Amino acid sequence: MIGDASRPVLEIDVAARFGAFRLETRFSSTGLLTALFGQSGAGKTSVVNLMAGLARPERGRIVVDGRVLFDSAKGIDLPPERRRLGYVFQDARLFPHLSVRRNLRYGMTRVPVGERVYDFDRIVDLLGLDPLLERRPAGLSGGEKQRVAIGRALLTSPRLLLMDEPLASVDAARRDEVLGFVERMREQLGIPIVYVSHVIEEVVRLADTLVLMSEGRVAAAGGVEELMNRLDLRPITGRYEAGAVIAATVRAQDEDFALTELEFAGNRLRVPRIDLPEGSPIRVRIRARDVSLSLAPPERTSVLNVFAGRIAEVGAGDGAQLEVLVDVGAPLIARVTRRSVHDLGLAPGTKVYAMVKSVAIDRHSVGGRGSAADGA
Amino acid sequence: MDGQTPWWALSPLETEAIALSLRVALWAVLCSLPFGIGVAWLLARRRFPGKAFVSGLVHLPLVVPPVVVGYVLLILLGRRGPVGAWLFDVFGVTVVFTWKGAAIASAVMAFPLMVRAIRLSMESVDRGLEDAARTLGARPLGVFFSVTLPLSAPGVLAGVILAFARSLGEFGATITFVSNIPGETRTLPLALFVFTQTPGGDAGAFRLVVIAVVLALVALAASEALARRVAARTQS
Repeated sequence: MIGDASRPVLEIDVAARFGAFRLETRFSSTGLLTALFGQSGAGKTSVVNLMAGLARPERGRIVVDGRVLFDSAKGIDLPPERRRLGYVFQDARLFPHLSVRRNLRYGMTRVPVGERVYDFDRIVDLLGLDPLLERRPAGLSGGEKQRVAIGRALLTSPRLLLMDEPLASVDAARRDEVLGFVERMREQLGIPIVYVSHVIEEVVRLADTLVLMSEGRVAAAGGVEELMNRLDLRPITGRYEAGAVIAATVRAQDEDFALTELEFAGNRLRVPRIDLPEGSPIRVRIRARDVSLSLAPPERTSVLNVFAGRIAEVGAGDGAQLEVLVDVGAPLIARVTRRSVHDLGLAPGTKVYAMVKSVAIDRHSVGGRGSAADGA
Repeated sequence: MDGQTPWWALSPLETEAIALSLRVALWAVLCSLPFGIGVAWLLARRRFPGKAFVSGLVHLPLVVPPVVVGYVLLILLGRRGPVGAWLFDVFGVTVVFTWKGAAIASAVMAFPLMVRAIRLSMESVDRGLEDAARTLGARPLGVFFSVTLPLSAPGVLAGVILAFARSLGEFGATITFVSNIPGETRTLPLALFVFTQTPGGDAGAFRLVVIAVVLALVALAASEALARRVAARTQS
């Protein structure tokens, strides 16, 4: 569907006004999954509504997959029903008077048979909807509703899928399941997705391209690994879960100790066993609070992963803790006390050893295009 | 009214009045329903210049004396009235002093009640669902018939029942516009009025009162039952 990696899936340059809120957004994305990330009120949903045609920009241009949906200069403004974008709403918005089957077929039957890309049974199968088909939306759980909403949108054979915080009304316990469906969808169907979220874990797990939004503007846009490792974006990406995102490859399995050895930028990283074949690409996140620094090579320590590197940047701030960006071949972020920075004389250029206590595995495969190249 | 028939037997005049009332009310509701739905949708979903004026005009029969409505209809739809003359010239139709006129008077008087019930119901339909339908490829008219109208069915039903009941009871506008002609425009309330003005008419008046109450109760019960079915269909 989208073969050419250099052509953007998505180009947006719009200005819009919603009451007192001004939105001026400009970005383009080549990634298969583009995440719009920001705090609530940053304008993420507004951008998605502008794309879908449910709100109208004052001026600008919206291009999806080479197709102009809106262009104020040329007087183009396609109505929502002609934009061919699937929209999965935060609150699912299933039609309460129709069964699940008729909800799923609502959009499908409005697409000419020759233009239907996905088979009804295939989507039902992919999303595990078979047991739900004859039920009414009111009797479904949050996760089931979202799966039906995803299926309903997919069956319109959209050129791109918009997902606005699809996990917001899903129980915490079922979120992983829905995320799994999103991953299967992008891998098996190869459909470009715009995914709105304010939860950084979801974004890191799913996204190829990340668009950081703040107060109606794009603060930064680019590959996930690249943006997540920038200290200056911390205020937007969030402090608590600060960490470096690293693209790695599975190198070897250590059966005796139930460990898996990963490789990134010439470094060896040992993590609890992951069931993946050698050579599999994987994205890991090393949280800043799990990284400590030492000036001398640590000896006789329980920490398995120690990397030598140089400090690239010391974050600003006057609180108790600071973030330090260390270049170990790939960027690594450490959270240390300001006191330690002072006592150890940590400054850009200082040679340090970074000790990594634990590693969060975010994605078992980097399937989309763009991110693997961007992050390396 | 002779001694041989039981007290509850209806005289031909009374039966006629009841049948006429039902026919007038039925046609009044049937013919005004599409307009009622259209106006309710305009008021619930559209912003246009003069909306307040339209809303006021629709609700006018609720607040002005029915006689005024009847008189205005008489002026507009009478043989020489601007609309009435056109109707006669083009279609050869006369409405004044006929049961059709009675249906028009009833429809106008019941219109605000019908519009109000439907409009409130449409306003409560989540616009998000209509947006969702658009993104799924439905055009505005398709959205209306597949989402908005089915979801406001309870209100449409309530509007129909209210309008029907109001039509059955219409008096002032009817008598002013189409007079009180037995068999043509003498509906149940008009017949009842005649009985109350006639010496010895008490028995007939009583029978009609009973009929009126029974009709109202049946209409209410039917609307309750239908509303429950509709609610079950849209919610569970």
